[in-house]
Amino acid sequence: MISYILRRIAYAFPILIGVNIITFVLFFVVNTPDDMARMQLGMKRVDDAAISKWKEERGYDKPILWNQDAEAIEKITDTIFFQNSVKLFIFDFGRSDSGRDIGYDISQRMWPSLAITVPGLILGLLAYITFGLTLAFFRGSYVDVSGVILCVVMMSISGLFYIIGGQYLIGKFFHLVPISGYDTGFNAIKFTVLPVLVGLVGGIGSSTRWYRTIFLEEMGKDYVRTAKAKGLSETRVLYHHVLMNGLIPILTGVVVILPSLFIGSLIVESFFAIPGLGSYTIDAISAQDFAIVRSMVFLGSVLYIIGLILTDISYTLVDPRVRLN
Amino acid sequence: MTNPIKIINRYIPRLGNFPQLLVCVLLLCTGCDYSPWNNPYPNEDSAKNIYYDSFPERPKHLDPVSSYSANEYVFLGQIYEPPLQYHFLKRPYQLIPLTATELPRARYFNKAGQPLEEDSDPADVYRVKYTISIKPALLYQPHPAFAKNASGKYLYHDLDPQKLENIHALSDFDTVGTRKLLANDYVYQIKRMAHPRVHSPIAGLMRKYILGLDEFAKELSEIEKDDTTSGYIDLNRFELPGARVVDDTTFEITLKQKYPQFIYWLSMSFFAPMPWEADYFYSQEGMTDKNITLDWYPVGTGPFMLSENNPNRRMVLKRNPNFRGEAYPSEGEAGDLESGILEDAGKNMPFIDTAIYSLEKESIPAWNKFLQGYYDTSGIVSDSFDQAVQFNTQGDAELTDEMREKGINLQTAVTTSSYYMGFNMADEVIGGNSERATLLRRAISIAVDYEEYISIFANGRGEPAQGPIPPGIFGNIPGEPGINPYVYEWQGDKAVRRSIEEAKALLVQAGYPNGRNKNTGKQLVLNLDSPAAGPGSKASFDWLRKQYAKLGINLVIRATDYNRFQEKIRKGTAQIFQWGWNADYPDPENFFFLLYGPNAKIDHNGENAANYKNAEFDELFNQMKSMSNSPQRQDVINKMVEILRHDAPWLWGFHPVGFSLHHEWYKNAKPNLMANNTLKYKRIEPRLRTENRTAWNQPIWWPIALVIILLIIMLLPAIISYRRKETESIL
Amino acid sequence: MPVIFITDAFIFLLVFMVSAYVLYARQHEHLRAPWHDVARRPLAMSAAIILVVYVAVGLLDSVHFHPELEATETTQAVQSTEVSSLLDLVLDDLRKNTERTYSAPLASYAFSKEMIDLPNGKQIRDYPRLKFGGVHLNNPETERLADISKHIVIGLLFGLIISLLVSTVIVFILGKSHKISFKQAINKICHNDFLVSWTAMLITMSLIIMAACIIFNLSQYYHVFGTDKVGQDVLYQAIKSVRTGLVIGTLTTLVMLPFAIMMGLMAGYFRGWIDDVIQYLYTTLNSIPGVLLIAASILLLQVYIGNHADDFNSIEERADLRLLFLCIILGITSWTGLCRLLRAETLKLREIDYVQAAQAFGVSNMSIMLRHLLPNVMHIVMITIVIDFSGLVLAEAVLSYINIGVDPSMNSWGNMINGARLEMAREPIVWWSLAAAFVFMFILVLAANLFSDAVRDSFDPRLRH
Repeated sequence: MISYILRRIAYAFPILIGVNIITFVLFFVVNTPDDMARMQLGMKRVDDAAISKWKEERGYDKPILWNQDAEAIEKITDTIFFQNSVKLFIFDFGRSDSGRDIGYDISQRMWPSLAITVPGLILGLLAYITFGLTLAFFRGSYVDVSGVILCVVMMSISGLFYIIGGQYLIGKFFHLVPISGYDTGFNAIKFTVLPVLVGLVGGIGSSTRWYRTIFLEEMGKDYVRTAKAKGLSETRVLYHHVLMNGLIPILTGVVVILPSLFIGSLIVESFFAIPGLGSYTIDAISAQDFAIVRSMVFLGSVLYIIGLILTDISYTLVDPRVRLN
Repeated sequence: MTNPIKIINRYIPRLGNFPQLLVCVLLLCTGCDYSPWNNPYPNEDSAKNIYYDSFPERPKHLDPVSSYSANEYVFLGQIYEPPLQYHFLKRPYQLIPLTATELPRARYFNKAGQPLEEDSDPADVYRVKYTISIKPALLYQPHPAFAKNASGKYLYHDLDPQKLENIHALSDFDTVGTRKLLANDYVYQIKRMAHPRVHSPIAGLMRKYILGLDEFAKELSEIEKDDTTSGYIDLNRFELPGARVVDDTTFEITLKQKYPQFIYWLSMSFFAPMPWEADYFYSQEGMTDKNITLDWYPVGTGPFMLSENNPNRRMVLKRNPNFRGEAYPSEGEAGDLESGILEDAGKNMPFIDTAIYSLEKESIPAWNKFLQGYYDTSGIVSDSFDQAVQFNTQGDAELTDEMREKGINLQTAVTTSSYYMGFNMADEVIGGNSERATLLRRAISIAVDYEEYISIFANGRGEPAQGPIPPGIFGNIPGEPGINPYVYEWQGDKAVRRSIEEAKALLVQAGYPNGRNKNTGKQLVLNLDSPAAGPGSKASFDWLRKQYAKLGINLVIRATDYNRFQEKIRKGTAQIFQWGWNADYPDPENFFFLLYGPNAKIDHNGENAANYKNAEFDELFNQMKSMSNSPQRQDVINKMVEILRHDAPWLWGFHPVGFSLHHEWYKNAKPNLMANNTLKYKRIEPRLRTENRTAWNQPIWWPIALVIILLIIMLLPAIISYRRKETESIL
Repeated sequence: MPVIFITDAFIFLLVFMVSAYVLYARQHEHLRAPWHDVARRPLAMSAAIILVVYVAVGLLDSVHFHPELEATETTQAVQSTEVSSLLDLVLDDLRKNTERTYSAPLASYAFSKEMIDLPNGKQIRDYPRLKFGGVHLNNPETERLADISKHIVIGLLFGLIISLLVSTVIVFILGKSHKISFKQAINKICHNDFLVSWTAMLITMSLIIMAACIIFNLSQYYHVFGTDKVGQDVLYQAIKSVRTGLVIGTLTTLVMLPFAIMMGLMAGYFRGWIDDVIQYLYTTLNSIPGVLLIAASILLLQVYIGNHADDFNSIEERADLRLLFLCIILGITSWTGLCRLLRAETLKLREIDYVQAAQAFGVSNMSIMLRHLLPNVMHIVMITIVIDFSGLVLAEAVLSYINIGVDPSMNSWGNMINGARLEMAREPIVWWSLAAAFVFMFILVLAANLFSDAVRDSFDPRLRH
């Protein structure tokens, strides 16, 4: 088991290097250091001297991949790519183009993201499982049919409409929660209610349908029929067997997204002005602060890989037949 | 069969107390009191003397020597104090002393060192001297950089990464100190403009004027190259001939040539004092890695200090306990006495204890929160304009009934800025001084109906420009004599845009009948480059195309990102572009220099993005630049404006009118577009605010009840059939 | 003189491929059977009709040409540099009848007050009459409602007549082809007795025709969905957006298909290091957050367009390239899912007897993959295509929201929603752009979802319950 995990982690390195190269090439082709300097120095009265100074300070005046003038190993190390990418592997994100410490920013902005995504995930699971189980229980009846149609209808509405609608009705008309913003500590709750609710409603359609399918599959299995034949009541079968066994694929499906909860949701965060990592990324994109974007890409990849490893492990935990090798 | 009604009756008691339960849970969430639920601030803050505002994007620089943008001045203006400021109430804008004891006067000297008259020929002027004396005994805000131990040694001037381990923000330092403001601090700041590690946007400009600054900058960068250690250069060790300390409260600035506009710069934060202790403190090793820099944590003598710096969420200014106090102005312009803005005359400022600025990237939530009373003041975005403002029969803007019922007040002011559409004069088709191109540009000037633009996109909040100079700045002539005769004609009592027929006739003369080349018959295609901006851009693009289509010209809009746009402007590959300019100071020079030949973007990377060059204009510019406001200057300006109108390198566009709203409890509001230290004049009445907020934000219950009822209705049949199934399976 | 944009070319390629697939499927029982199963489902067939209508609009909008400029005294006739499509010709009235700024759906007065010059020289501030909407009315306050109802009824009647005619023709043809009398055919339709769910299709079609007639009739006199900020007809924009949505939904899949299929098959079939490389490739791509990859690529494209500005003569061309690029990059971020599915399936298939046999006979790897493996995974490809479609249409809106979607000058639902965000703050609220985008998008996505459900159920027997 441990050796397997170690192997997976070792396997992650080439992937992360690949990610790094792709993002690096993309961003440096897009944005020359000159562009970055101009972006950061503002728009009024910028001269060339200021730009070269800015580049020099940040090490952007170095060659991109290969330093012809340097000595020996420094030919590779004394380049923009090496200086900017290798440090990522020890989670030293360096400073953003605007001069802030990215690592510190990430550690600060992680919490608001989690304050939205974690309740969203838990409440979402509860709600979707309840709905899915209800529909599965009433399979074939009008409850099921109308429920499924409702799900398809809800799936067909763009998430943007849920956000706009929620903010408009609950925040503006009914004065139930603040329209947007965030606060620390206990005060954060009133700000998180609406984003969580919107995320929840937006996901009902697809998730409920998916969970219903899982439960239906479970109900079609032999042991359920056996249990019923033995005289167990429908509800008992449902709760004790179908629900418990259906949870396995659901929870292992959840494990893969667990790490990405840190990243938060790009759209929801920027609509509700939540200072999490999602809005951090969006801001960085629009401000073209590529030091941040690259760090976030890297972080996203790391979390994705952790998610994959966790999924594998969780499979072995819930199903002893699966062996890791 | 079971009777459905019976079943409903059986279940309702069980569900009976569910709504109350939910209410309790929700109440728990929001803190169990009766104040509004949607209050984005802690409820205990309601009664405090706090001012609430928002900021749309995080400030990039808070170092006064490198900051050059309005959203940074919102904070910097309250913290740093340059020698001069603009009078809060008087118009036209007037400079008055801030930390200086009086307005400095320029003294001119010829090469021999003899004093000259003020109106002497600029060519004779060899040196210009400004002697500035500052008020004694002004104190800096409490700051760790000044903290000393009992023996008088600086506590935090020997930091290293180990000592900084538990420090993440400036507030993590335990001890603070202060010190008196010295003339040397001003000189130190001027020296910092030349510092190789500091990017001052006006360094290039000032190096042209301030004596020795250019050489000083070169000297410093030599030193910096050799010095690889900390990056701190003790600027006190060096002499700068152009900025000298006379005594503790007096310093002298020397310029190489006549530059009457220089005095305006003295009111901007580029010339705010900078204590060397702070510079040293922030340059210690490890501080930059912790984000504790001068660019991030200002230290000033002003009425406020930045106590919380979290640009992801909010910025908090707190009253500076060491502030000397300043009296509210006791005179203003005509009408100020009646409007009640002089009520606080002579009282000690600032009035507010704390100012909280929250990040609001989206305009709609910000607007709605203003309406709910959670921001004290707000601008009006185009889309919420009709809700707030209507025009009466005379065409004057007034508030809608909805706003008036809430006690909201409206302030308007023509801004000292210009939104224009520039033609790249270096372009083959649209640029150049040929008859063809000039006529083409003038035809377009008539066709692009800025009156319509203002009414659609700015809700009438703008004044069509007749030339480069906005109203309120010397050189602008209102009324009939001031109209641009190439585009407008005077009819009755107002300027009316010339008809599209005239534009078409011009186009025929230019050789493009109906927008088609008279030789080839091909349709004229022009390109407009624009940095794509947000959701509103499509509408304005469509509108622009419509305008050019009136002449049969096909306008191609090349939307691109800001970097790309800048690059195109820099290389001169753009054809038509839209841009704006915000006055640095109220002087026509600040607008004409945007069209001065030697400032051309492609040749000199200056601010003349249209790359306009006209020898006559350039000569007049040099003449006008060093004149003081006088009828003679007006004559020169008139000549310059006429040249520009004839050549039409810009569509003059319009000067936006700023509208701002504020609540009843927000006092002493008067728009001042030059001053940026206006927070100290503001007064808040928190009690009135709390009452209004409570009245406006009563939670509305029925939707929750409705949702619950709907859920029950949806679930009922399910419950019924569930019951049935249960019984079936038992059978 | 037609102009063929790159996406147009791809669209026609797609049409060609679909037709080829139809012909192919008709001859192969294993493909025909599930499609017949789809055809039996009334809901799916209603959805299919809706999709066909959308596709027809999209195709009309994909035939581009330079409109002719008439000759003048000095010059002969030349082509305009602007680009129109067939759809523009059809909707010419809608396009040309613009107002100055906002007007509500079916309004006859402008949405906000303006200065109006009275004939006597005075000025008042009031709601001006629209240039087009309800201009035929003398007294809109009293006549408008009656007039609107009248046009709705007329449109409805027309719709009824046309749909009756069309239905009759269809039933007649059906009768002929099944060799039964017309009366029997009607009888069968009424009892929904055909193998194909013609009843549902006819009903859907009639509803669409009636709705179209009503809207068409109204649009001759009013702006049915109002006008936007610069006075353009919102209905026109919503219809023009159809092509954008369809292109994103279909081309993305088309672009990614060759890669996904090839890589998936190769990884599963060859295993070993090829499998490792391909797995590495898709894990790497997958682990980059998609939005960021898209943002970077769109910026990259802007650099390209910026540096080659002179290669593009029209806005449409620039927008089209960006659209294509968006499809490609969306394809790159989404091919991995399909690739993984195909790999897993191929791993299973390669152990099956006939593949083993073919290998033993020395059939080349290439032909094993094309002949034996590919046909057996096509149902997975099919299902992925239809399921991805609706997701991609929705994704366009979200990407446009963060300004990394289609070109801002292009008509798209995403751009409409994005623009409408600000309008929501108006008081009274400007809801019609949002509503129009919502309605058009919702109908398309709903139809696509219903259709894809049916396709999945029919093609993937394991999921059937």
